[in-house]
Amino acid sequence: MAEQETQEQSSGEPSGERGIYEGLAYYLMAPAWVTLFVFLVVPLGIMLVYSFLTKEFRGGVIWEFSLAAYDQFFFDRGLFGDEPARIEWTYIGIFWRSLWQAGLATLLCLLLGFPTAFVIATRSGRWKFVWLFLITIPYWVNLLIRTISMKFLIRDNGPLNEWLLAIGVLDKPLHLINTDFAIQLGLFYSYLPFMVLPIYASIERYNFALSEAAADLYASRWYTLRRVIFPLVKPGVVAGCILVFVPSLGAFLAPDLLGGAKKFMIGSLIEEQFKGNIGNWPFGAAASMLLLSLVLVMLTCYALSQSRARR
Amino acid sequence: MSRRTNFRHFPGFMALGLLCMFLLYAPLIIVMVYSFNDSISVTRFDSVSLRWYRDVFFGLEAGKFRQATFNSLTIAIGAATVSTVIATCASIAMLRAGRFRGKLLSFPLLSLPLMVPEIVTAVATLIFFSAIGFAAGHATILVAHIVFCIPFAYLPIAARMQSIESVYEQAAQDLYASRWDSFRLILLPLLMPGIISGFLLAFIISLDDFIITNFVKGAGVETLPTAIFGAAKQGIKPNIMAISTLLLLTSIVFVSLSYMFGRVESNNKRE
Amino acid sequence: MTPSAHTAVGIVGVTKRYGDYVALRDLSLEISDNEFFTLLGPSGCGKTTLLRVIAGFEEISAGSIFLYGEDIGALPPNKRHVNTVFQQYALFPHMTVLENVLFGLRRLGVAEDNARKQGFEALELVQMSGLQDRLPAQLSGGQQQRVALARALAPRPKVLLLDEPLSALDLKLRQAVRLELKQIQHETGITFVFVTHDQEEALTISDRIAVMNEGVLQQVGESREIYESPSNSFVASFIGETNLLPVRDLRVDGARATCLLPGGVQFSFPAEGGASAGEGLLSIRPERLSLTSPQEGLLNGEVVDHIYLGTDVHVVIAVAGTLSLTARVQNDGAASIPDLGARVGVMLEAGAVRLLRN
Repeated sequence: MAEQETQEQSSGEPSGERGIYEGLAYYLMAPAWVTLFVFLVVPLGIMLVYSFLTKEFRGGVIWEFSLAAYDQFFFDRGLFGDEPARIEWTYIGIFWRSLWQAGLATLLCLLLGFPTAFVIATRSGRWKFVWLFLITIPYWVNLLIRTISMKFLIRDNGPLNEWLLAIGVLDKPLHLINTDFAIQLGLFYSYLPFMVLPIYASIERYNFALSEAAADLYASRWYTLRRVIFPLVKPGVVAGCILVFVPSLGAFLAPDLLGGAKKFMIGSLIEEQFKGNIGNWPFGAAASMLLLSLVLVMLTCYALSQSRARR
Repeated sequence: MSRRTNFRHFPGFMALGLLCMFLLYAPLIIVMVYSFNDSISVTRFDSVSLRWYRDVFFGLEAGKFRQATFNSLTIAIGAATVSTVIATCASIAMLRAGRFRGKLLSFPLLSLPLMVPEIVTAVATLIFFSAIGFAAGHATILVAHIVFCIPFAYLPIAARMQSIESVYEQAAQDLYASRWDSFRLILLPLLMPGIISGFLLAFIISLDDFIITNFVKGAGVETLPTAIFGAAKQGIKPNIMAISTLLLLTSIVFVSLSYMFGRVESNNKRE
Repeated sequence: MTPSAHTAVGIVGVTKRYGDYVALRDLSLEISDNEFFTLLGPSGCGKTTLLRVIAGFEEISAGSIFLYGEDIGALPPNKRHVNTVFQQYALFPHMTVLENVLFGLRRLGVAEDNARKQGFEALELVQMSGLQDRLPAQLSGGQQQRVALARALAPRPKVLLLDEPLSALDLKLRQAVRLELKQIQHETGITFVFVTHDQEEALTISDRIAVMNEGVLQQVGESREIYESPSNSFVASFIGETNLLPVRDLRVDGARATCLLPGGVQFSFPAEGGASAGEGLLSIRPERLSLTSPQEGLLNGEVVDHIYLGTDVHVVIAVAGTLSLTARVQNDGAASIPDLGARVGVMLEAGAVRLLRN
């Protein structure tokens, strides 16, 4: 009962309690505000400006307003730009493919990540420590190293094919590298730990007495999972999905190393525009802008649905 | 407890968990094993040797990798230190300074580097430095890394601060401590595990970063990931696997360190 | 109006708002020097807020606070010579017991050897000598409570504030520590302001009690006064148990009063002076009612329930169908307790009935 009273007070805290470092907020916040504003918000703004400029052929821009970048993204006007505009499917297709790949990677990560997180959260003592330790290591291991390892493993004459040939499962090497499947495998493999940890954290907070209560009220194990456990750990699941989906969408390493850069995804498309002399900065900026808008729109939709659910 | 009455048990989950671990570790372990391969060919495993480790440290490319490692470490230490200081100040403002104007927008701003796809940040940073005419090099990498590391340092520090009830600082003030004293003597020591894990996380994030670095590094400046990427583009040679194994071991050391501090944390929480 | 310098804590017209919510409403109160003063009320009544206002953790919306004649309303907590024993103790987890106890003295700039002397005295006072090098996590709940007390006493504050310090202890320990607290207050001569929601605790420990509800002060007085002469129905029902009877047409005639109970029952009872008349609430403590035969009773009714309390039994009697009265009967064997359904008379003595205005 006494705790209740303290809680009441802390909920009304901002208006009444003397914040301990009150009055210092601006000084403490200033370094973060300045750094993030000058070196992230302003650059994003400049990038937006650049996407409306004219390209310079050796990389860079000419300060002249132009819609060419966006026009090139969406329309095809023939080789000399004088034919009637038709919708250009190449880049839209790349975006669509990236969305699809990222979505599939997220789904696969969830299918494998949820049970894994569940197993970790329900271990006790030393075993929980071991599992948690093992899942944390890949999380901290350099993504580049992990992608290279995967490339090494699945190459035409890599260890995987060697073994499959040796034990006679195959009679000629399985061609995996530079396929959509390889990209998918790479994305899935890259971001799987990002799915497990947030889900683990929310299952850890789940009170298993609720499962017993559900069982007591005649619910089956799977019904309990679906209707009791899953809704309660959903914030962790959603966090995991965002952590997998967003980096997958703009991924560069997996498509480049495992997809051989021929199978374009957004990341490779953008990177190409800034490489050496062949690039097109306004077009790269426009593609980045479109990718950023896509992600921000999705995150905003999610945030809105969250706040509506809370109300 | 029998399986029938254990509500923590779901058939098949354990198998999927083990599969998950297998998939995560198989490529890493294979690379580790092949890094001890004596053969020049990466496909045939001949006999165990440290030949490629010697090659990493003393071979033809040793100088390049040593310079890249040095660059990576100095940039990571610098970026982690600066971003940890910025994040610590920000978390005090966000959690211990009551209301202020701009607080509502501060959290989205602090987590912006996490929400913007890395490649977009890379492009924006490149364009920014080029627009203001700032020559790419160590400084541009460092600045980009500081920005990117702020949320990674902020989250563990803020989480730790949230678990420290403000009643400790109130008790200190009740016992005649000034604000500076209650920060120095109470909040800072209690916050230390959070600050250390924030620093470690920022450090490893900076050390790992490839995409942003690749965009904002000048010609001739390489960090370890860009050097490895450049080498791997020409085919995965055994010395790459040796370096990978060394980095893998570094990561394991770091995870162990952060677990040690995590232990300290849970001990304190028991109180 | 400034309270005199002999008033330990003077609270004058204090209001505390959180947005629209009013936690303290125009509250005035004087706590005397060397007094064990208790703030009592249900959760959310504002007693903890009042304590935190005195300590300086909450800014007041209106009014002033005086500490021995000095206006401290604008001072931050570290400039107020009062110390707090927190509900969950708030011992600094990274410091030893001794470091905790010395904290305040060191901040006050007391020379190290004097500080240590005072610190050890405080530890001795709470019987915690010998454990000074432990960390808080290595102590039991009771020991932590003692260290928290020593830490707050060591700087010899002018007023000691205690925020439900016993609520985390189990019953037996709580009762023992209660007496000890009272003794420590006596020995040190420091004014104690003690917050609790436990009325029994308040009655046994306090020199004076302030009963609060919904941010408003209900009554201030000694334990006996609060229990026997509650000023309103909230105090009467919050402190102990009571029968509250709404009445009309109350007339006092010498040593006898008559009134009309709900359901039109005529009730006549012995009164001790007082010429109040009209409507009101009668408060009658269950232990002041006694049972007799239906013919002898001032009221009579049917026994509808027994509530077994161990040494006593509460007998619930329905009067005229609509009214229920509870009488406390000593449990001296089954013979004296009427059976369910039995018709009984209810007797009471002069002074048993208290008329409340609301």
